Amino acid sequence: MSAPSIAVIRQTAGPGAARAAARRRGGVNRRPGWVTYTLLTVVLLVSVYPIYYAILLASSDAATIAQNPVPSLVPEGNLLENLRRVVDSDIQFWRALGNSLIVSTATAFSVVVFSTLAGYSFAKLRFRGRGPLLVFVIATMAVPTQLGIVPLFIVMSELGWVGQLQAVIVPGMVTAFGVFWMTQYLSEALPYELVEAARVDGCSMIRTFWHVAMPAARPAAAMLALFTFVGSWTNFFWPFIVLGSTNPTLTVAVQLLQASYFKDYSLIMAGVVAATLPLVVVFALAGRHLVTGIMQGAVKG
Amino acid sequence: MAVTTPAPPTPAPSRPTARRDTGPRGLRQRLARWDVTFSPYLYIAPFFLVFAVAGLFPIVYTAYVSVHDWHLIGGQGGFVGLQNYVDVLTQPRFLTALRNTFSIFLLSSVPQLIVAIVVAAVLDANLRAKTFWRMGVLLPYVVAPVAVALIFSKMFADQSGLINTVLAGVGLDPIGWHSDPLASHVAIATMVNFRWTGYNTLILLAAMQAVPRDLYEAAVIDGAGRLRQFLSVTVPMLRPTLIFVVITSTIGGLQIFDEPRMFDTLGQGGADRQWMTVTMYLYELGWGAQKSFGRASAVAWILFLIIVAIGLLNFALTRKIASAGAATKGGAK
Repeated sequence: MSAPSIAVIRQTAGPGAARAAARRRGGVNRRPGWVTYTLLTVVLLVSVYPIYYAILLASSDAATIAQNPVPSLVPEGNLLENLRRVVDSDIQFWRALGNSLIVSTATAFSVVVFSTLAGYSFAKLRFRGRGPLLVFVIATMAVPTQLGIVPLFIVMSELGWVGQLQAVIVPGMVTAFGVFWMTQYLSEALPYELVEAARVDGCSMIRTFWHVAMPAARPAAAMLALFTFVGSWTNFFWPFIVLGSTNPTLTVAVQLLQASYFKDYSLIMAGVVAATLPLVVVFALAGRHLVTGIMQGAVKG
Repeated sequence: MAVTTPAPPTPAPSRPTARRDTGPRGLRQRLARWDVTFSPYLYIAPFFLVFAVAGLFPIVYTAYVSVHDWHLIGGQGGFVGLQNYVDVLTQPRFLTALRNTFSIFLLSSVPQLIVAIVVAAVLDANLRAKTFWRMGVLLPYVVAPVAVALIFSKMFADQSGLINTVLAGVGLDPIGWHSDPLASHVAIATMVNFRWTGYNTLILLAAMQAVPRDLYEAAVIDGAGRLRQFLSVTVPMLRPTLIFVVITSTIGGLQIFDEPRMFDTLGQGGADRQWMTVTMYLYELGWGAQKSFGRASAVAWILFLIIVAIGLLNFALTRKIASAGAATKGGAK
């Protein structure tokens, strides 16, 4: 005789027992077996290897790379030497690194401040046209702004900003994604009672924002800052057009390495490593927040 | 210092009496009222300002530039009507760029989405060290597209590349990653997939975790296996997220620039422009030899219209699929 079906167990012994039986027979909560972990390990290797490959080439030298396109599995000892050559090359490495830090930090900071302000307004304040305006903000996410680069470039040259960092910072000072993100977060994380209590206590609007909304927004603000920082650091097309090689960000500078030293892959890859390492370190420290950020944003989006 | 919120209660009680005493509203009250009325608009203003300057205005102004002679250095010339559009559309190079863009876009988004769903399903299991695996999958996302392109261009090098060497090692012919159009599209799509698959995986994983567990239990009780659960419960429940992922990857994919630009040292999309994309063509028209902002703008607008058209198509298709699904459910009773 076969075991009773789970439906029968549910009827006779209740849903708890049915759930337990389902789990025993391969239900939703069972621990996965080694096949799953093997598969995940393969996925992980595919994610990591290209980055490791860059480190391998960056720690080798041009002659070795030319002789054998398949690098050894462990890095050779020339990484620091190659990094020094990147710094000494004519791509203005320190300046580019400084520019990337300035642009990414300024963008992240201003996106967080302005998005939190707007998000707080949309989530907790009542004003005429709130609904349509929020819909408009969300709709703008579908507008590919990259296609407006010709007039944007014209505007920047009129302002005399071509080659200057504000040409990259200002257009990215607040994003539709950021506004939407903070609206979603604050509408759940910040109780109306708290806002009203502050108002009753005589706080002005901006004081209420600063002392009530800002602290409540902190976790979401951290994630938004991280996202914006990564996005800004890895951005290429617009900085490439408007900054050019005289005052480059790091991605623009690294790209110059390939144009000028196209046979010396140890040097090019050292540049790649130098441009990538700062973000990998940030990721190692705060990556779990980035992960939860994507996961949260997606549930709501 | 952060918890100073309830600190200034002292002036509050005096305020209602003050209002009554003053009779005609004092300046203080009027300011407070303005504060309440206008602050919300003030707080959302930065977004609308930046969007107006960096988003809306450029798109509209692009249309204006596209019907004029306009030179990178010389500036605005005369009105030429649709001449720029005609020039662009009759150039074989534009059609090549359009073909390449679609080819790369399909080669990247279709496999990427399939792999992302599968990996998300694997990650959806009751894993040990969840965060570790999720972070591992997301790692490529922090590598700049330019860096990804430089790494993969070396891997896909025709003569001295890792991949062709491995292919030769197992007795296969090397592939002309830079000479054959389709092969070059595959190589560039691989770069895109490397960077974005993990990101989309996590978005889909989040949607999967929001699927009520009861549905799976019900499916198990009805005798559904893992695959059947996945196809009949997970995938239908993911539909809104799938639409979101498809639309964002369409917008990004049709504007691709960084990866194909870095695929060789010249950045022109190959000798026969076999991997030149529309955005690369736009750049070449505007900032290359021609320096024609008019034609570059025409390309931008054509691409914009294509993106809008595909967006609407996506929307219509998914609605149709959704209503078809509802109809079968209704029909089955």
